[in-house]
Amino acid sequence: MRAWAPTILRGLLLVVLIAFLLSPGSFEPLLKPLVQQNAPAIYNQGSLLSLALLHLRTVFIATLAATIIAVLLAILVTRPFGTEFLALSRSLVNIGQTFPPVAVLALAVPAVGFGEKPTLIALFLYGLLPIFENTLTALTNLPRSVIEAARGAGMTNFQRLMQIELPLSLPVIVAGIRLSVVISLATATIGSTVAAKTLGEVIIAGLQSNNLAFVLQGGLIVGALAVLIYDGLSAIEGMLARRTGSA
Amino acid sequence: MCQHGPGAQASGFFIGGESLIGRDGLRVRFDKLGIVIALLAAYGALWSSFATLKPNRIVQGKAGSMLDSLPAWAGWALIGVLVVAIAAALFRASPWIKLIAAVAALAALTLSIGYAATFLTPAGNTYARVSPASGFWILLFAFALLAADAITRLDPPPGMRVLFLLLAAVAIGALLMSGSWNGLSIMKEYSGRADVFWVEAGKHVELALGSLFAAVLVGLPLGILCHRVAPLRDGVLNTLNLVQTIPSIALFGVLIAPLGWIATNVPGAAAIGIRGIGVAPAFVALFLYSLLPVVANTVVGLAGVPRAANDAARGIGMTGRQRLFKIEFPLALPVILTAIRIVLVQNIGMATIAALIGGGGFGVFVFQGIGQTAMDLVLLGAVPTVVLAFASAVVLDALIEMNSLVPNGARSA
Repeated sequence: MRAWAPTILRGLLLVVLIAFLLSPGSFEPLLKPLVQQNAPAIYNQGSLLSLALLHLRTVFIATLAATIIAVLLAILVTRPFGTEFLALSRSLVNIGQTFPPVAVLALAVPAVGFGEKPTLIALFLYGLLPIFENTLTALTNLPRSVIEAARGAGMTNFQRLMQIELPLSLPVIVAGIRLSVVISLATATIGSTVAAKTLGEVIIAGLQSNNLAFVLQGGLIVGALAVLIYDGLSAIEGMLARRTGSA
Repeated sequence: MCQHGPGAQASGFFIGGESLIGRDGLRVRFDKLGIVIALLAAYGALWSSFATLKPNRIVQGKAGSMLDSLPAWAGWALIGVLVVAIAAALFRASPWIKLIAAVAALAALTLSIGYAATFLTPAGNTYARVSPASGFWILLFAFALLAADAITRLDPPPGMRVLFLLLAAVAIGALLMSGSWNGLSIMKEYSGRADVFWVEAGKHVELALGSLFAAVLVGLPLGILCHRVAPLRDGVLNTLNLVQTIPSIALFGVLIAPLGWIATNVPGAAAIGIRGIGVAPAFVALFLYSLLPVVANTVVGLAGVPRAANDAARGIGMTGRQRLFKIEFPLALPVILTAIRIVLVQNIGMATIAALIGGGGFGVFVFQGIGQTAMDLVLLGAVPTVVLAFASAVVLDALIEMNSLVPNGARSA
């Protein structure tokens, strides 16, 4: 019973989440006790579903861009050509993580204006770090024997990268993407302070009108999305790890 | 800042070079990173503007190049310093030379931007604002990169890194005290709010450090408990993991209600500062976020204590408590300190969001600035936050390294 209990819980969470997004009105009685007499209990300044989709789209675009750039950079600094950058890139990752997301977001505004763009930039920059770090760790900790064997089999550098190094590193890279996505999902809500259309809008509307139901529904939707995506990527990671035989 | 790279030789003249310099060889060897820095700096100096003059604090301004923004002698002097620094970056040289060149360029840049502000502001005009433009930021980034690279290559011991940090702090402090930046827009934003700034700074530090302190106080025993009582472990860690997925503004908001209820219904709660809005929910939220790293790393640190060490301690007749404090705890300390570093840096960043629920902190300026589209006000909030987070990271990294028994390399990230 223990083995399938979490799966059932997650399935339930998914069903509740979809039901809530499709028909938020039917959950009104649950949230009604949290608000004052005449205040609305369900967000009424836009569709929750479309906000959730926009939220996911923003995170997806930023993570995709971050993944491509971070993996390319990590490959670059682990090739003989780029070894000179290896130590510095590690330092930069360390320094970069000390930049708070709000600061990145706020500082991007003068450069690109309000709206989705500063959010995308902040999520992209913030998402880069975990993915880069993990890719770097994976690529620098591959078993020597495997690399030697590949070299012995006459593989070119490029073949070795594509057929040996990257596939073996994939589970760890996916773990980096997972971390990055969870951070981005939460950070994207802050994007609404600079007028990005995300679920943060619901939370901020709740804070401004002192409406706890708004804050709660916005926060819970983001939390549920994060849990489900985290689990989904963990599953993919496990599958990849089993395939490469490292688990 | 703290990783050991392959090019960390002490003398540092032949870092990672693949081309050889013969005894009579005249072949000039370029530093690859130097080329990147030179390109960045050239772009910043030649194709972007240095300073922006705005008629008032909100409207768009007119940006000008280095020579437009400074009197001729200062403009050319700055260009001279930058060219020398770029040369030092471009060629293979000792990291010390590179570091000195980077510091000189950074000093020249920061002094000139202050001077540009005084030079550009029309006499007697109190509305005009001068801010650094994109070129300044690009140049600052390029030479900060050079400095970071030089320090990485020097691989200084932890004490020296803290010393570098102190020197930088003293230099920045002297710059601020000297008043040479007073013409800059960010300093004008500051001078209008000097009192509030320090109050908010105090609140920010209080929030970040206070919640960290509370998290360590609760998290350490909880971690030790989880280490000893295996069945508890998964439950506690999973619950704390769930907390992390809730976005910070939502958690802040959700806590308003229960804390407001406590304030009105529990006698004495309001007297010790528990309120629905303000510092209390922000403090509790930061505390909850901080628990996971502290508990998880305590568990990992204690689990990593070698069996042999524990057995030996037991063999010489140490009690459970003695073993905990004399063996397990000191051995787990670097991992626990790593958690504290993560939490502190994260808290300093997240405390900015507390401003949204009236919790104060530097976020007040960030969000006011966003609201008024006054970007220099945003900077007034964002820059100290970044500086604070960066400084704590450097100090804690140094502490972690000093406390780790294996002197080189084997630190956990």
